[in-house]
Amino acid sequence: MNIYVLLKRTFDTEEKISISNGKIEDEGAEYIINPYDEYAVEEAINLKDAHGGEVTVVTVGDEEAEKQLRTALAMGADKSVLINTEDDLEEGDQYTTVRILEAYFKENEPDIILAGNVAIDEASGQVGPRLAERLDIPFVTTITDISIDGETVNIERDVEGDVEKVETTLPLLVTCQQGLNEPRYPSLPGIMKAKKKPLEEIEIDDLDLEEDDVEAKTKTLEIFLPPEKQAGKIIEGEPDEQVKELVSLLKNESKVL
Amino acid sequence: MSDVKDMIKGGSFLVEDVEAEDIITPEDFTEEHKMIAKTTEDFITGDVLPKVDKIENHEFEHSLELMKKAGELGLLGADVPEEYGGVQLDKISSSLITEKFARAGGFSLTHGAHVGIGSLPIVFFGNSDQKKKYLPKLATGELLAAYALTEPGSGSDARGAKTTAKLNEAGTHYVLNGEKQWITNSAFADVFIVYAKIDGEKFTAFIVEREHPGVSTGPEEKKMGIKGSSTRTLILEDAEVPVENVLGEIGRGHIIAFNILNVGRYKLAIGSVGSAKRAIELSVNYAQERKQFDTPIMSFPLIKEKVASVAANTYANESAVYRTVGLFEQSMGRLSEEELNDGKAVANVIAEYAIECSLTKVFGSELLDFAVDEAVQIHGGYGFMQEYEVERMYRDSRINRIFEGTNEINRMIVPGNLVKKAMKGELPIFEKAKKLQEEIMTMMPEEPGDAPLEQEFYLLKNAKKIALLASGLAAQKYGEKLDQEQEVLVNLADITGEIFNMESAILRTKKAVDKDGAEKHSQKLLYTEVYVQEAFNRIEAHAKETLIAAEEGDDLRMMLGALRKLTRHNPVNVIKKKREISVGLEKAGKYFV
Repeated sequence: MNIYVLLKRTFDTEEKISISNGKIEDEGAEYIINPYDEYAVEEAINLKDAHGGEVTVVTVGDEEAEKQLRTALAMGADKSVLINTEDDLEEGDQYTTVRILEAYFKENEPDIILAGNVAIDEASGQVGPRLAERLDIPFVTTITDISIDGETVNIERDVEGDVEKVETTLPLLVTCQQGLNEPRYPSLPGIMKAKKKPLEEIEIDDLDLEEDDVEAKTKTLEIFLPPEKQAGKIIEGEPDEQVKELVSLLKNESKVL
Repeated sequence: MSDVKDMIKGGSFLVEDVEAEDIITPEDFTEEHKMIAKTTEDFITGDVLPKVDKIENHEFEHSLELMKKAGELGLLGADVPEEYGGVQLDKISSSLITEKFARAGGFSLTHGAHVGIGSLPIVFFGNSDQKKKYLPKLATGELLAAYALTEPGSGSDARGAKTTAKLNEAGTHYVLNGEKQWITNSAFADVFIVYAKIDGEKFTAFIVEREHPGVSTGPEEKKMGIKGSSTRTLILEDAEVPVENVLGEIGRGHIIAFNILNVGRYKLAIGSVGSAKRAIELSVNYAQERKQFDTPIMSFPLIKEKVASVAANTYANESAVYRTVGLFEQSMGRLSEEELNDGKAVANVIAEYAIECSLTKVFGSELLDFAVDEAVQIHGGYGFMQEYEVERMYRDSRINRIFEGTNEINRMIVPGNLVKKAMKGELPIFEKAKKLQEEIMTMMPEEPGDAPLEQEFYLLKNAKKIALLASGLAAQKYGEKLDQEQEVLVNLADITGEIFNMESAILRTKKAVDKDGAEKHSQKLLYTEVYVQEAFNRIEAHAKETLIAAEEGDDLRMMLGALRKLTRHNPVNVIKKKREISVGLEKAGKYFV
């Protein structure tokens, strides 16, 4: 089976976010594999173990993303591809990423593509589904279980806490939700083996794309932090009085009632 | 070891200058090193920490399960050769694993005793049959190991052991009798490295299995700290150990014992550095949250002073420890496959750096005691409560100054070994001391410039001269009886250790600054400036006390005059520098460089 994983390098979940000059400050920040993409890598390895084949991890980004690709290789992926846009693109959006990936997959024949449900940085959740549309293959989002039998694929997906069971066919794109699996830690032998696994680097040129072809369709106007949380208020007195006071505050002060 | 002359000699830092490029620093870690550290960290926070309370409660089934999982990840095989089922990584990798395990409290002892003093005797000194039989299973965690040297009557005096071994009549087994005390991992270890005297005199190491007849363990000890590790007595009552389980040469067990202890010492220092970093993180985070007088206590200068002092000290120790790891890596790396399989060559390399091992052990364990003490203090009354991690860290820290050789014994080892090396002509200490005496009368004080680290290099240069002045005088004055002047020896050891730490911090910072400029390494510069100034003050005090003890009258006045010349300098404003250090720590929320 030709198994592909879409992977994004994101801020570590423990990073404190600050903004300077209208951009998110990335000086000295730690980066990780987007946690939802980690589920995708893990599931891809599990599918390979069960059905054979090869796992290729693909990312669009700059050279720094090599670290995250190496980590995926250390977990057990076989190959990785970095589509390096550093020299060609200043800004990009989901459209940009999808167009690049579309061109990449036109030259390859995936049986299944696994992606994260959403990236924890920009959280659009668009790249997976939009890519599937352009490749004209079915997609299922937020999956929590998958089993493949020949061409038939049975999936459980998370629908706001409920489970929906879906039957579909290969080739297919899925996006992975928490609960699908417990991603493994890269083992020490895995880390040493990853050094020797292929990490192919290509540019949009190699995909016969021009800058204009992938120009962003959206423009980010402003980035700002959420308002700082105010200190809470403790309402004193008997329960009856407390309730009255609370209702009055909700009506008059915060105007939510 | 034909090219031993090219190897950096142990203790040579005291009399020679070292180039920054020649030392290994944490900035040299590769991507693989970082990934190995990350896997270890994720394993500790994801799998071990949720079980720590249970393990502290002696529910050791969790320890066993976690050790198996650690084995699957390769975390038990870093020092084990590939042909025996290990991962065979460099010393930096295994050191990073040790550092990251430190956060697991007592469980880190279970891991450390297994991979270190438990497994390494077989890795370094086992024959190929022994390696084949034990190492693959030790690397996976199928078998767990322990190290049994201490006895009720013999701790630091290891060769005073009472445990005996006698060959049986058939010549097939040694029969061991005796008790080994405070054995880490004893509740569940399958393999014990045991030292016993054959026929009451030939001190020899044995691989003893729990399943051998006559082997048992006593009840679990009730300890002050590291409660998450198992500690019991190993009881040998006519224990029958097959002759093929003699480890190394008969009568030469001390070679194994002392060299394994050396390795244990620098590994202990690595763990101490790891824990000190955790103490800083907890302190900074707590101090930013805790408010008194409507102000986070982190904004009080005294709190800043505490975290900055601990951090600067951590930086110096971290630099010294990884420099030592680098020395082992460089010298072990020179050994051929054949030499690596021959215990003698390995023992020579380890013994070469006995001074560095003892120094990092002493200074690392005292750094950690300082760090956890201040962490509890910053937490105030909460730090005294068991719900807070610092309470456990405070208790866990104390043993580090005692085991792997008390800090007193380790301090004695330092000047003792220096003198030995000087006598053998390996280190030109006496020559340099003599030369110094000649030049000191005409020596003019220098004015170092303002460029980064100029002042620190100047203080380092003078600190080395002070060391020669004090040790030269002590050797001259006390001669053969120097070993009875323990207070003076401790001063000399402390001066030596301060110099090793100072130099390691300075060279590490220089290496980083040379590579990408001073601006990028402002925190490293601050740590170095503060540590070097404070260390230099301590060196001056130790030297002064030593001179006063050894000399009197006009001679003393002359020696003190020389010391004054060597200590003349414009001191750094450490109060200001520490406030600057704390800004960085606050922003990062943890120790950072």
